[in-house]
Amino acid sequence: MSVVGHQPPPFFKRGPAPLARLVFFVTLSLALLVLDLKYRYLEQIRQGVAIVLYPLQRAAYTPVDLYGQLGDYFSSLAAVQRENAQLKRKELESANWLLRQQHLELENQRLRELLDMKARQPVSGTLAEILYAARDPFSRRIIVDKGSQHGIAAGQAVVDEAGVLGQVTRTYPLQSEVTLVTDKNQAVPVRIVRNGLRTVLFGASGGQLELRFLAANADVQPGDVLVTSGLDGIYQPGLPVARVVRVDRDTAYSFARILCEPVAGVEKHGQVLVLGLREALPPQVEETETREKPSKGKKGRKKD
Amino acid sequence: MAIQPTHSSRRILLPVKQWFILFSLAAALFLNLVPLGNAAGVPDWVALVLAFWSVREPLRLGMGTAFFAGLLMDVASGSVMGQYPLAYLLLTFAAGGLSRRILWFPLVQQALHILPLLLATQGVMVVARLVGGADFPGWGYFLGSFTGALLWFPLTFVLLLPQYQPIEKDENRPI
Repeated sequence: MSVVGHQPPPFFKRGPAPLARLVFFVTLSLALLVLDLKYRYLEQIRQGVAIVLYPLQRAAYTPVDLYGQLGDYFSSLAAVQRENAQLKRKELESANWLLRQQHLELENQRLRELLDMKARQPVSGTLAEILYAARDPFSRRIIVDKGSQHGIAAGQAVVDEAGVLGQVTRTYPLQSEVTLVTDKNQAVPVRIVRNGLRTVLFGASGGQLELRFLAANADVQPGDVLVTSGLDGIYQPGLPVARVVRVDRDTAYSFARILCEPVAGVEKHGQVLVLGLREALPPQVEETETREKPSKGKKGRKKD
Repeated sequence: MAIQPTHSSRRILLPVKQWFILFSLAAALFLNLVPLGNAAGVPDWVALVLAFWSVREPLRLGMGTAFFAGLLMDVASGSVMGQYPLAYLLLTFAAGGLSRRILWFPLVQQALHILPLLLATQGVMVVARLVGGADFPGWGYFLGSFTGALLWFPLTFVLLLPQYQPIEKDENRPI
C-alpha cells in the first residue's frame, strides 16, 4: 500500500473543540425542549425510548415491589382481621344503596326515556394499580400498570374509591402516566353541590387545589363539596373531586382565594379505576336536535 | 498506565476501560430508575457518575454520551425532552474544564468543587422547567446535590477499584 498522497496522521486526534461540541449539543437539546414544550412533536421518539427502557424500569421496580410484599407478609393477622371486619361492616352499610341502585337506575332510564332526554352514557372502567410516583419533581404524576395494550388512551379519567384522582396524559404499551388533579397545569370543570355554581378547579402548590377567578363575593363556603360538572366531555358528571378548605375574601383583589383539598387519596398507593372515554359531546347540540326532529319546530325554525 | 495526578498519592493506576465507563453509567441509570417517589435528598446518580468521569477522564467521556444519558433520563422520568441533556451537557463541560484543577485537591475539597456543579445542574433544570410553565418543586429538591457531594468519597473508591488491580496476578498477595 502506498503512502503517497496521504496526510501524516495527527499526533493528538481529538476531534472538534469541547466548546464547539458543547454548543452543538446544547443547541440540539434546546431544540428538543422547544419542540416538546411547544409542539409535542416528540411523542414517537419518547415511545421508542420507553420501550427500550421498559425492562430496566421493571427491574428497578423489583426491590420496591419486594419491600412492599415483605411488608404485606409481616403485617400481623390481627391487622388483617380488623380490616376484614371493617370492610364487612362497610359493605353492609352500602348494601342498602347497592341493592336499590339497579332498580333506581332502571327507573331513571325509563323516566329519562319518558322525558325524551339523552340517555346517560354507561360507565366502563379498567382496574389498574398505581406503581409509583413519577420521578419528575416539577409535576404531579403517577405511573399505573395498564397501558395502551390494555385499551387505555390519553384523556381518560382516573378515579379511586373516594373521587377523581386525575387524568391519563400519556400512554406507553404496558404503563400509563396519570396527571393528578393537584398538578399545576391540570384543570377540572366542577360544580358546587350545595348551590350548583359551575367553575374550574386548578392544581395549586403543596398538594392542594384552587378555585381561580371566582368573584370575591361568590357563594363558596369552607366544607363545600365540588363534583365534576361533566361540561368538558371527559369526566362523568357528579364525581366528587375536592372539598373547600379555606376561603380568603380580600377586597383588595377582585377574586377570592379559595383553597380546596382533594377527596381522592392522591398521594396514596393502591388500586384505581380508569374510566372509559366519554363520547365527545356533539359540537353544537342545537343543530343535531333540529336534524333529528325537523318537524317539531321551534328551534329548527329559529335556526333557519 | 496512568499516573494518578494528585499531589498526595503516587499510586500508579491501570488505564480505565471504556466499557467500564459505560457500565457505570448504566448502573447509575438503573439506580435512578428505582422509584422512591419524590423523596427529598435522593441524589441524581447519573449526574454524579458523569461528573466523576468528566473529572477523571475528560477525553474519554464525550458530550454525546452525556446527551444520550440525558435523553434516557428524560424518558424515564417523564419530564420534558431536552431538560436532562441540557443540564448534563453543561455539567460535563464544566467538570471536564475544571478536571485538572479539581484533581489536585484531596477528596474533601474535590467534593466541595462538585457540590456547586451539581447544584448548577439542578438549577439549569429548574430554570428550563419554570420557563416552560411548571411549578417550583420547593427547596428540598436541591438536597439531592448535597447527598451527591457526600457520595463523592465512596464513589471515587468504587469507580477506581478496577484500576487499582495489579497487572500481574499473584495468588499470595492480598491486593
